[in-house]
Amino acid sequence: MSHHIVEVQNLSYTYADGTKAVDGISFLIHHGESVAVVGANGAGKSTLLLHLNGYLTPQKGKVRIGDFPLTKKTIKDIRKTVGMVFQNSDDQLFMPTVYDDVAFGPLNLGLPAEEVEQRVLEALSRTNSEHLKDRPPYKLSGGEKRAVAIATVLAMSPDILVMDEPTSNLDPRARRSLIDLLSGFHHTKIIATHDLDMVLDLCERTIVILDGKIMADGPTLEIFQNTDLLVTCHLEKPLRMQPCPVLKPKVLK
Amino acid sequence: MAKIDTAFFDLSKLEEMANNDTVIHRIDPRIKVLVASMFVICVVSFHKYTISAILPFGLFLIIVMGLAEIPAFFLLKKIVLVSPFAIMVGIFNPLFDQQPIMVLGAITITGGWVSFVSILLRFGLCVGAVLVLIASTGFNTICLAMVKLGMPKIFAVQLLMLYRYIFVLIEEGLRMYQAMTLRTFHGRAIAMKTYMHLAGQLLLRTLDRAQRIHLAMLCRGFDGNIRIRQSLRMARLDIFFLAACFAILLLMRCYNIPAMFGRLITGIT
Repeated sequence: MSHHIVEVQNLSYTYADGTKAVDGISFLIHHGESVAVVGANGAGKSTLLLHLNGYLTPQKGKVRIGDFPLTKKTIKDIRKTVGMVFQNSDDQLFMPTVYDDVAFGPLNLGLPAEEVEQRVLEALSRTNSEHLKDRPPYKLSGGEKRAVAIATVLAMSPDILVMDEPTSNLDPRARRSLIDLLSGFHHTKIIATHDLDMVLDLCERTIVILDGKIMADGPTLEIFQNTDLLVTCHLEKPLRMQPCPVLKPKVLK
Repeated sequence: MAKIDTAFFDLSKLEEMANNDTVIHRIDPRIKVLVASMFVICVVSFHKYTISAILPFGLFLIIVMGLAEIPAFFLLKKIVLVSPFAIMVGIFNPLFDQQPIMVLGAITITGGWVSFVSILLRFGLCVGAVLVLIASTGFNTICLAMVKLGMPKIFAVQLLMLYRYIFVLIEEGLRMYQAMTLRTFHGRAIAMKTYMHLAGQLLLRTLDRAQRIHLAMLCRGFDGNIRIRQSLRMARLDIFFLAACFAILLLMRCYNIPAMFGRLITGIT
């Protein structure tokens, strides 16, 4: 089925100040795949993600989401298909209460009131945050905020989830429950992150980028075993794949 | 600084209050907007030396506030917070307007002082009325009501964005101020130049953040139309409320009720 495919072809983007953030990136993501995009700070991950929901339109190259090529005309459809979870939940939550925030998307889709309510409650229950629905978002804890931010996206029932650093600023337990939550989703997932241990849990495929270019694209385990590649790209093996530093201090180099 | 911090942060408490359910909250937002505007027009249109005739408006506001279950102290704090603007407007009146109006024993009260008090009173009432309106309706709903009453949509969106931007601006500003105070020692005055950099930084940062929030709105299908959960419905009770409020407000505007009461009780004409 050609549905829910993310196709990026030779994409380049240069910011107004001359920074070449994305430089000729191409990849193809199939339905139901879970893909990690990893790379150093400033490697171009965020810029790449901004193309996937049409916030930036490609200066060069092509982006294709599902059946639509990304153009000004198809942006609305694309935004319905691609749900974006921001790095900073505070940017994503802007309504006075959690309920209003989750309802914002469905209301904008023009759904009738009962449907909106149903969607909101469903999204909140899927992220285990029904009890927060009358609280103001800015008073929630980091983990709760992230859960609600994901609920706001789920309420739009997107086919593809794009996430920028979903585990940043979370305590270990909140991180674990987020990973459990995400592993239960059957959406196509694209996750930009530095949390390589999470990648091991969630993504079978990894794309490594450096200076706006793809350095590697393949099965996660294979890529994480390539120490040289990781070092060039300012990365380290996930902790789980490193030898135990207490038992074998000499092996670590 | 912590004080300003909490005072502003309280602003969003207004929005929380808007989710309460009282007699006032249930009234159609369009009616509330109309009554609030009428209130402001009446209060503002008094003669500059008027004080006593304005007082009943305070009573009106207090009653509405009570019905809407808005804590008075909270509202008072908000009014005091913005009062410097009104004080700036009126502060020179006592200097320029030296015309005596009243003599109480050894003290002569000049027209300037009377008009200064009048300005503060009006200011307090008007800001109070708007705050009560927001606390009993919610900002989004007010904007929607104004659109329904004929305001161009673009103004409503501007207002909404402005309202969101305030919070972003305050948050970023406080963070920068904190960072600056942590590296300023011995209570040394901060050079004007630093402030200029700070202001510029603040603008750029908040623009960035506002852009991200706007992006978040776009991602969830925002297209410039305001949509709220409840649908607006005008009931007979709403019309009655509107008529009653207008009648009361006009009555208070046309007759000096405290003076009439005074005459009634003292019998002096």
